[in-house]
Amino acid sequence: MAKEYETVIGLEVHVELATKTKIFCGCSTEFGGAPNTHTCPVCTGMPGSLPVLNKKVLEYAIAVGLATDCEITRYGKFDRKNYFYPDNPQNYQISQLYLPICRNGSVEIESNDAETGKKKIGIHEIHMEEDAGKLVHDEWDDCSLVDYNRSGVPLIEIVSEPDMRSAEEVIAYLEKLRLIIQYLGASDCKLQEGSMRADVNLSVREAGAKEFGTRTEMKNLNSFKAIARAIEGERERQIDLLEEGKEVIQETRRWDDAKGESYAMRSKEDAQDYRYFPDPDLVPIVVSDELLAQIRAKQPEFRSEKMLRYKEEYQIPDYDIDIITGSKRMADLFEETVAICKEPKKVSNWLMGETLRLMKEKEVDAEKLCFSPANLAKLIALVDSKAINGSVAKEVFEIMFEKDIDPEKYVEDKGLKTVNDEGALRKTVEDVIAQNPQSVEDYRGGKEKALGFLVGQTMKAMQGKADPGMVNKLLKELL
Amino acid sequence: MANIINDETIEYVGILAKLELSEEEKEQAKKDMGRMLDYIDKLGELNTDGVEPMSHVFPVQNVFREDIVSNSDIREELLSNAPEQKDGMFVVPKTFE
Repeated sequence: MAKEYETVIGLEVHVELATKTKIFCGCSTEFGGAPNTHTCPVCTGMPGSLPVLNKKVLEYAIAVGLATDCEITRYGKFDRKNYFYPDNPQNYQISQLYLPICRNGSVEIESNDAETGKKKIGIHEIHMEEDAGKLVHDEWDDCSLVDYNRSGVPLIEIVSEPDMRSAEEVIAYLEKLRLIIQYLGASDCKLQEGSMRADVNLSVREAGAKEFGTRTEMKNLNSFKAIARAIEGERERQIDLLEEGKEVIQETRRWDDAKGESYAMRSKEDAQDYRYFPDPDLVPIVVSDELLAQIRAKQPEFRSEKMLRYKEEYQIPDYDIDIITGSKRMADLFEETVAICKEPKKVSNWLMGETLRLMKEKEVDAEKLCFSPANLAKLIALVDSKAINGSVAKEVFEIMFEKDIDPEKYVEDKGLKTVNDEGALRKTVEDVIAQNPQSVEDYRGGKEKALGFLVGQTMKAMQGKADPGMVNKLLKELL
Repeated sequence: MANIINDETIEYVGILAKLELSEEEKEQAKKDMGRMLDYIDKLGELNTDGVEPMSHVFPVQNVFREDIVSNSDIREELLSNAPEQKDGMFVVPKTFE
């Protein structure tokens, strides 16, 4: 009989913080600058330059720690991690080994636990560190080129305990972290763009075994799908090895998502000895009660709290609440629009209906939604006052979704307002009745459907600019 | 010399430092490192009972910057320190992971 195996997974998640400047110098963190235009002596590792910690980095790291139930280290410092690689201009990365800023936290994820439906994933530590530069390989000259614009961009690394047992749990954990961090505004957490990166530590063991198996670390995972595939692939690979009586080697592997396989980057034999030591250029960090209280006071309302409040305050369905609070941007849009128009159900309908439909169709991430609460509120008001009908509203919304136009102005400019002149409408309805004797007869013969057809014909004749309710009323009256 | 550095250690340190040492250089380095360790061992003679370990030599803490962009583009100046440059970037030997 085939043996049963259990997968044991821990994650190292790097998150790029949303600061304006780098962690140790006043260079911009903005994306897309020409190579090396956001650099200075500090982030290019010039001798004699001195790093100074960006206070915002510390605040974000503590905020993430508080939101994940961590203990905040009250006396911390930075250490140098020594290695030679040209994307690292100092030949060491400034990181935290001995006294990381946060320790012993956890987050709760949904799981298939029969009793609670929940599972706690432990967080071993969170530390602050700097990102490296970017290497560009020159095909022609047999050399590599280095751009240090990303060098010194602030990161936090969130190290979990080996508490996850499946790809589903890993993704639930990552989504939970992403949401917490987005709610804090500490990062946009985009896997594809690298502002959130996850390394997967995975081992397998026979079900029921107490000891962990030998683990491998997998890198280069830049989507949830790639992570799920890599976990499945690595689990299979390790089980195959064990079944053949071979050993799993502790090594770092690179996942090639196109090929659906991984290959070894470096094994433990040439394991790096980073010779960590305290960075003498940076002074210790003492987190005072005041600073902690300040950050605590600024913590936003997190998703679980928001969900309870929405239920109470807005009385919208649980399903809507679940989707809307699933993205910080969408929750903000919802609340700000409701604050203007006081119509929670209508705002929710726009988000759950047209917004989700267009997001799916145009592959737009919720965090990238560009229309403003003010404009959505105006659109709702236009429909409420019957200035435009539902289908015109959808048409206008589609344009708002693309480029956040002012719907009032657009409707005015394009002449999309509903014709409320009853005389003109009556005339059109009369024409439609005259032109469609068959339908008229069908309707009179009891076919309700025929009325729908006549409404459609009238709307067409009015170029969509009629109030369907009024058209219905007039038709019934004239028939 | 109390501290004897063996061949294995000097080889390992050489690899970490990315240095290729000749036989003579290795012998010299072994002696130098041994002497350095002897010198540091002097600290072991001190009685440190009840002394808190410290992580920094200066009695200074919490030196921060505000998150405000203060640097402008000085690429040309920085690149002028490089032995070689191309397309606004630093040229290094071909490096792959």
